[in-house]
Amino acid sequence: MRFYEFESRRIVERAGIPVTDYGFCTSAEEARSIAERIDGPTVVKSQVLTGGRMKAGGVKFADTPAEAAVHAEQILALEISGHMPVGVLVDPRAEVEQEYYAAVLWDGRAKRPMMLFSDMGGIDIEEVAEKHPDHVGRGHLSNLHPISDFQAKQVVAEAGGLTGRELTRATPILTRLAQLQRDFDLTLAEINPLARLADGSFVALDAHMEMEDEAVGRHRSMLAEIGVELDEPRELYEPSEFERNVKAIDEADHRGVIQGKDHGFEGNLGLVIGAGGGSLTLTDAVRSQGGKPANYAEIGGNPSVSKSKGLAMEVLKKEGVEKIAVMMSIVSNTRVDIVARGVIKACLELGKDPAETITVFRIPGAWEEEGAKILDKYGIEFKDRSTSMWEAAGEAVERIRGDG
Amino acid sequence: MSILLSEDFTFIVQGITGREAVNLTRECLDYGSKVVGGVTPGRRGREVHGVPVFDTVAQAVENHGSAIDGSVVTVPPAFTKDAVFEAIENGIGLVVVVTERIPRRDVAQMVELASERGARIIGPNCLGVIAPGVGKMGGIGGPARDAAKAYAPGPVGVMSRSGGMTTEISSSLTAAGLGVSTAVSIGGDAIIGSTYAELMPLFEADEGTKAIVIYTEPGGRMEAELVDWRSEHDSRLPIVAFMAGKFMDDEEMQGMSFGHAGTIVEGAEDSATQKIARLEQAGIPVVERIDEIPGAVKEKLGAGAGA
Repeated sequence: MRFYEFESRRIVERAGIPVTDYGFCTSAEEARSIAERIDGPTVVKSQVLTGGRMKAGGVKFADTPAEAAVHAEQILALEISGHMPVGVLVDPRAEVEQEYYAAVLWDGRAKRPMMLFSDMGGIDIEEVAEKHPDHVGRGHLSNLHPISDFQAKQVVAEAGGLTGRELTRATPILTRLAQLQRDFDLTLAEINPLARLADGSFVALDAHMEMEDEAVGRHRSMLAEIGVELDEPRELYEPSEFERNVKAIDEADHRGVIQGKDHGFEGNLGLVIGAGGGSLTLTDAVRSQGGKPANYAEIGGNPSVSKSKGLAMEVLKKEGVEKIAVMMSIVSNTRVDIVARGVIKACLELGKDPAETITVFRIPGAWEEEGAKILDKYGIEFKDRSTSMWEAAGEAVERIRGDG
Repeated sequence: MSILLSEDFTFIVQGITGREAVNLTRECLDYGSKVVGGVTPGRRGREVHGVPVFDTVAQAVENHGSAIDGSVVTVPPAFTKDAVFEAIENGIGLVVVVTERIPRRDVAQMVELASERGARIIGPNCLGVIAPGVGKMGGIGGPARDAAKAYAPGPVGVMSRSGGMTTEISSSLTAAGLGVSTAVSIGGDAIIGSTYAELMPLFEADEGTKAIVIYTEPGGRMEAELVDWRSEHDSRLPIVAFMAGKFMDDEEMQGMSFGHAGTIVEGAEDSATQKIARLEQAGIPVVERIDEIPGAVKEKLGAGAGA
C-alpha cells in the first residue's frame, strides 16, 4: 500500500523524525489559514499517488496566504496522470543549506533490509549511486537482532565522509527510519530530501513510504492514527468493469481463486487460463505467435462450476471478444471436468455455440477423463499434455485468425 | 539419486488438520514418504490417515523417539513464522513452507533463524520437493498416481518459481525420456528460503544430476545470483532456462505484479528482457518455447558426453 506524502510525513513524525510545520487540507480557505499560521513563504503540493507532480503543475510556490489559496484552488482541480488529488499539503519554504538522502528498503538478494544514505539528496539515488558511488553509504540490518545506532552511523560516515555535527545529527534519523521500516513492514521508507537548515537542524522535506499489502492488517491502529481508511482504493489505476466483476465473483465463493486483469490488454482473444506460472507462460505464448490477448486471467485452487463459468462469461462479455482459449499448465488441485462444465455453461448462457467459441481447451491433469467426455459432447476437442502449452496457444491464435 | 530427500527421510506436517494438509498427507503417504506426525494446537490425540496429531512439535519428536528430518508448514499466514520457528528450534533441518501471502519481514526472520541454526527453508508460496521414486514432501505433482505420471527418475534437476510449472516442465522431461533427479518448487515470493544459487551446491554434489532446468519470472535478482555463483564455481552442470512473463515488460504493465507476489519489478535489472540477456551472456540458454526445454537439455547432455 502506497501512502500520500502527507501520510508519510505523519508516519515519520510519529517516529520522532523532525518534519516542517506543514499542514494538509482539502480547500483553498484552509490552505490560506495554514499559510497564515506558517507566516512566511510556502509551497503548495498536490497529494496524488503518482510521480511527476512538479512537471504537471501540481507543486507551486506562494509568497502570501492569498497566493497559497489561489494555488490550492487550482491544484485541487488539477488531474495528474489520471489521478485527482485527495488534498494539498502546504509547507513552509525552508532555507536549506544541504540536502541528503536517507532510505531503508529490502535487499531481496541479501534477504535483509538495507540502509542507504547519501549527502547528495534531492535527486535520483540510482543516478548518484552510479556516478558518485563514494557518496552513497550502505548497510544491511538483521531481521532478528535489535537495531543499534552504530549501524546507521557507519552508513552515514561512509557517505562522502560525513563527520562532525552532520554525522551525529543524521545518525539517529537513519536509525529511526530503520526501526520504522521494521515495525511497520515498509517495503520502502525514504526521506528525500532530508534537509539541513541554516540553523544546523535536520528536517524531512519529503517522505515516501510503502507498506507491504500482506501486512496492512496488523497495523490497523497506526493507520487509524494517521487517518488512513482501509477501504480506500490505492490501486495504480482505476479497476475496469471486467476487473471489478471478476473480483466480485471471486469474493462471493470461497472455493478456488479466479483473477482477471485487462489493463493494457486490447486484443480479441479472451483468455481463460491458469495457474500463476501457467498464465504468465500462456500469455507470452499467445503474444509471441501473433495473438492479441483481450485480458490476463488466473484460475487457481479448485473453483466451483459457477466460478469458472463466471470468469468465462466476463471474458466473453468484453467488447470485441468472440472467442476464448481455455488453457492451463498440468493441474493437480483444479479439476479439469469442473472447468470444462463452467466454460461450456458460460457459452450456452450467452447463446453461443461452445464448439465455435472455445478455440482450444488444454488442461491436463486431475479428472481429465471426465473433462474430455463432457467436452466431447459439445464437439470440443480435449488437448492433453501431449499438446504443449506453446502449441495450444498457437492453435488458438490460428483459429481466431482463420475467422479474421 | 536426489537432493534434500532420501528413502528414509522423515517429516511432519504442521497444520495437518487443514483441508489441503489432509490431502497432501494422503498424497505423500501414497507416494511412499515417511510422514511421522502432524501438529495442530489443541488437536492432540487425533489421527490423519493414520498419522498421529500432536499439540507441539516437541511432542511429535518425542513420540518419534529420534530427530525428525523435515516439516511441511501449511498454516495461515499470521501463524506461519511461529510454526517455522517451532520446527527449527526443535531440531528440524528442512522446512517446506507452503503458505502464501506471508509478509516479507516474517519470511526474512524465518530465513535468518534457519541460517543461524543450520536449517534450510524451501518456499514460502511453494508446492514442495519431489525426488521421483524416492519421496515427495508437499503437494507437488498432486496425488501419487499423477505424480508418478509426470515425474520419472532421471538426470535433470528442476528448480521453479512456479509450483504448477514445476510439474509441467518435469512432465515434458519425462515424456522426452529424460526424467528428473529432484524437482524443487522454490516459491513465488520476493524473499524465499532457498534460491537457485543456494540449491546449486546440492545438485552439484548429487552424482545422479547431470543438468539443471530453471523456470523463472520477472522480479528479484535471483538469476543474477545464479550467474555469479556459476562464474565463481567451476560447475559441471549445464543449465537451461525458461522465462515466463515477458509481456510484463510492456509500458502499460509497469509497477504491476502478475502470477506471483515476487514478480513485482523494482528496478530495470528485474525485468524479463534484462534477465534473459544476463543469463544468455553467462552461457545459460533461455528457450523461447516451453516445449523446447527437453531438446535443449538433450543438446547440453550430448555435448557434455562428447567432451
